[in-house]
Amino acid sequence: MKYIEEFRDGELAKGLAAAIRQVASPERRYHFMEFCGGHTHAISRYGVTDLLPPNVRMIHGPGCPVCVLPIGRIDMAIRLALEAGVILCTYGDTLRVPASDGLSLLKAKSRGGDIRMVYSSADAVIIAQKNPEKQVVFFAIGFETTTPPTAVAIKQAQALGLKNFSVLCCHVLTPAAISNILESPEVRQWGTVPLDGFIGPAHVSTIIGSRPYEFFAEEYRKPVVIAGFEPLDVMQAVLMLVKQVNGARAVVENEFSRAVTRDGNVKAQNLVSELFELRRSFEWRGLNEVPYSALRIRKAFAGFDAERRFDIAYQSVPDNRACECGAILRGVKRPQDCKIFGTVCTPENPVGSCMVSSEGACAAHYTYGRYKDMDAVNA
Amino acid sequence: MSEIRKGYIRPLDLKHGRVDMTHGSGGRAMAQLIEELFARHLGNEYLAQGNDGALLPAARGRLVMATDAHVVSPLFFPGGDIGCLSVHGTINDLAVIGATPLYLAAGFILEEGFPLGDLARIVESMAKAAKEAGVPVVTGDTKVVEQGKGDGVFITTTGVGVVAEGEDYSGDRACPGDRVLVSGSIGDHGMAIMAQRESLGFTAPIVSDTAALHGLIAAMRRSGAAIRALRDPTRGGVATTLNEIARQSGVGMMLQEAALPVNPEVAAACEFLGLDPLYVANEGKVLAIVAPEDADTLLAAMRAHPLGQRAAIIGSVHEDAHRFVQMTTGFGGRRIVDWLTGEQLPRIC
Repeated sequence: MKYIEEFRDGELAKGLAAAIRQVASPERRYHFMEFCGGHTHAISRYGVTDLLPPNVRMIHGPGCPVCVLPIGRIDMAIRLALEAGVILCTYGDTLRVPASDGLSLLKAKSRGGDIRMVYSSADAVIIAQKNPEKQVVFFAIGFETTTPPTAVAIKQAQALGLKNFSVLCCHVLTPAAISNILESPEVRQWGTVPLDGFIGPAHVSTIIGSRPYEFFAEEYRKPVVIAGFEPLDVMQAVLMLVKQVNGARAVVENEFSRAVTRDGNVKAQNLVSELFELRRSFEWRGLNEVPYSALRIRKAFAGFDAERRFDIAYQSVPDNRACECGAILRGVKRPQDCKIFGTVCTPENPVGSCMVSSEGACAAHYTYGRYKDMDAVNA
Repeated sequence: MSEIRKGYIRPLDLKHGRVDMTHGSGGRAMAQLIEELFARHLGNEYLAQGNDGALLPAARGRLVMATDAHVVSPLFFPGGDIGCLSVHGTINDLAVIGATPLYLAAGFILEEGFPLGDLARIVESMAKAAKEAGVPVVTGDTKVVEQGKGDGVFITTTGVGVVAEGEDYSGDRACPGDRVLVSGSIGDHGMAIMAQRESLGFTAPIVSDTAALHGLIAAMRRSGAAIRALRDPTRGGVATTLNEIARQSGVGMMLQEAALPVNPEVAAACEFLGLDPLYVANEGKVLAIVAPEDADTLLAAMRAHPLGQRAAIIGSVHEDAHRFVQMTTGFGGRRIVDWLTGEQLPRIC
């Protein structure tokens, strides 16, 4: 496949691996957080860590949209489907996230809820058009990448005069999450999470641009390299981060220049700010309440806001006590440090959200890398 | 039924007619459907007996029996339809045991309102597939369910075949050192269905690989290679099937990503939808585990057959108490190729 294979080339990877080995100082350790689940997935799927020297460690960040969704938000969606009787549309991975009372959207579906998986927010609008007698709610999740399509769906529904379409908006913001991690006591005071730099988001940055990260580089003295989701992108970003650390620099660099500019997609940004406004606070799984970290629908579009239309309020629900998703999402623990990883909690029966999405740190490690925890035979 | 007043019976209206409840009621309408559609296309001496069951001659060898239910949506897709798929699926289940398939039985569940013309297309396709494979449909059954209680047509086929003593295959015989072969490009069927369902307008349509494999497998047997196990990687794809064999045999496997045959359009569609071809269904491919010294012989035999032209050695078997199927990625790293979790694609066969 053109424009894809080039970024998965094994020979180039060897060259980059050699370059990283050469510049990484053997006297020190390097700890880099890849913020996005897309990077986590690429690292595990292609075995990128096998090519990195042992003193370069990758820490998985919280950038997996399904993972950071707290139980209470899934509960709201389930209530809409089972109690309000709406057709609930959502992206695939959301279906399997465990919620309260042993339910998930998938289980709510088997109990009679009309819950449908869609590939695009536009599909939800089409479903609303085809079912004028039913209320259709799009359960909108994700970071800045998926927010503009939700905005477009609302605009389309408005243009079509649809009275039966609304959105349960759970869109969250990347910079707020990065601030939260950098401000956390584990990073700032105790130093239990040594962080030497970030691999910045790929797709999110196509929308918001590279400018929002400049603050982190300056204020917290952490280098940021924005990188694409292909394995060579990740390797190149690691090399750039190692060089910044060695040179005691902390700036924003853009490896993903084929798609990301400093200003981002201004048209999308304008559309988003026309329809959405900041929430004062939003609960994230793992990060707890994070101020100004999520979006809600503006009053002018209140008719499309499922929270207002169905008058449902968010109720916080604590995670399963044995589940370490919170600590894993903050980079404090690794998946294999969790007691229930691979025993009670597996992709078939996930306890925590990180085991659900293929972008989740636990699912990625379980699916692709768990042999490393065991004495599996080297063939 | 039609002997006395032949002129008074109107033939089935295949242009505008639809299945209604009388077609499953056991009365005249059902008899007409059987006669004008099923018997007409599938006809053979056993079906012509006209009894509730087919009386078959004694078979030589041990009997192998397999059954397969088909609920694919959409019913028609590039490269095939539910009719030929239901013939191939059961024949392949027999063939990978090492059996020579002999007879098929077919059960139809029709939904009220289903166009008779579409049903005719399906039955014709089934008849063509059965004829090409040389395996007759010798008995069958039809039921009709009310509108909304089915999805057009569901077909269950059951097959009977024979296998001689010592010539059968089982998934528990893979040994460390053995090689893993696949008969051609992977993921074609599942992606053909998915592209159709999601109306993905690819310029080069993805064509299902649905095919009866007993001819290819017979050629593989004739090569004399020490084949340990055969299996057709349908739902769950190559990844899931190899995990099944690894578990049954108590071994591990190591695949080479670079050796996997994947059609470029399938690779592109998978990339687009976030799927992995290793987990996408095939309906005309066979996986073989073979003794290392015979791998090249078997590969040559497969490549000499029309259905195995793109056969490849994709990995090897080794000792592993954890029974992991692993893969060396084209990137140079290593990863597990795990069991399929959840469902990757709905209703593909």
